[in-house]
Amino acid sequence: MKSLRIILVLSLVGVFSAGILSFFELLATQKIAQNQRKEIEEAIVRIAPATKKVERLKDYYKVFDKDNRLLGYIFLTEGQGYQGPIKILFGIEPNLEKLLGIEIISSQETPGLGAKITTDSFRGQFRGLEVLPHIEYTKKKSTKPNQIQAITGATVSSRSVVNILNKKILQIRKEFKEK
Amino acid sequence: MREEFKKGLWQNHPIFRQLLGMCPTLAVTTSSLNGLSMGLAVVFVLNFSSLIVSLIRKFVPHQVRIAVYTIVIATFVTLADLFLKANFPLISKALGPYVPLIVVNCIILGRAEAFASKYPPKLALLDSLGMSLGFLWGLVLLGSIRELLGEGSIFGVKILGAYFEKWVIMVLPAGAFIVLGFLVGIMNYIEKRR
Repeated sequence: MKSLRIILVLSLVGVFSAGILSFFELLATQKIAQNQRKEIEEAIVRIAPATKKVERLKDYYKVFDKDNRLLGYIFLTEGQGYQGPIKILFGIEPNLEKLLGIEIISSQETPGLGAKITTDSFRGQFRGLEVLPHIEYTKKKSTKPNQIQAITGATVSSRSVVNILNKKILQIRKEFKEK
Repeated sequence: MREEFKKGLWQNHPIFRQLLGMCPTLAVTTSSLNGLSMGLAVVFVLNFSSLIVSLIRKFVPHQVRIAVYTIVIATFVTLADLFLKANFPLISKALGPYVPLIVVNCIILGRAEAFASKYPPKLALLDSLGMSLGFLWGLVLLGSIRELLGEGSIFGVKILGAYFEKWVIMVLPAGAFIVLGFLVGIMNYIEKRR
């Protein structure tokens, strides 16, 4: 008898909890998906401010300006940072030679140091940056069109961003060439 | 009855006297806003789970009580998590995995086991209200001190000007331990002097 009661109580509590949760989950999922879409869309406009139209393809976005001219492609990529994964959204010109800009979607870098990869002064360096033969970083002032200056005290985080981008860009160039 | 409410605010303060719930306390208090959001999430979870645990205390067999409490707590935690994700995505992002981790926050299971499961709903609510508000002010204080010293601001409002060299360590994990140590020390000192 005793174990029957245990089973009954546990099942009842479980069923109640599941019922309440699935109800609220239903309410929330739509809004959560909407938030995520909005976040990406806003980031795209920050990368390419002239964007008037965004076309969503399987794993990237095409952005067009008001005259329906192709501004470039937007890719989402992810890689290992200093303390955890860094998720980067970046835009690249149609000829795949220059970056439009980058946005850090999520990261767990050290506050005050590595977290500076999200600041305008760091990200701004990627605007119009040449990606050929590959992006480089330096601890001094950047002197080449394909070079950025790493954040003082956060070389690992800066290097991670550069490496993540280089890896993805290499892959993109290969894929686009095959097409 | 007022005692049940008041004890969590100072005498039995969950953070500074019982040293419970250290994981969110240390990890998310990098700013006042994060402390406040985490505190409010715990206020929500602790009060509702205490109420439910107290209401069902006579039906729950002794052997499975912890499992039942955990399900109740996890339900409210998931609700809080969904709510934050849907309505405050930025806060949800800042708190990261620490919202779902409220499930294992020992303050909540502790109050369910030590108090709510033994007393009627009214007393259980007074107890959980006091404890959760105590937790809330603890987190906000900790977050504010760390933000003030680490970023020169409180709730994002600049307080210390450019002359102030930011103590980056205060927003790093080590800063959490330092500030917590001082606060616990100060509270012990005040208690001793009384």
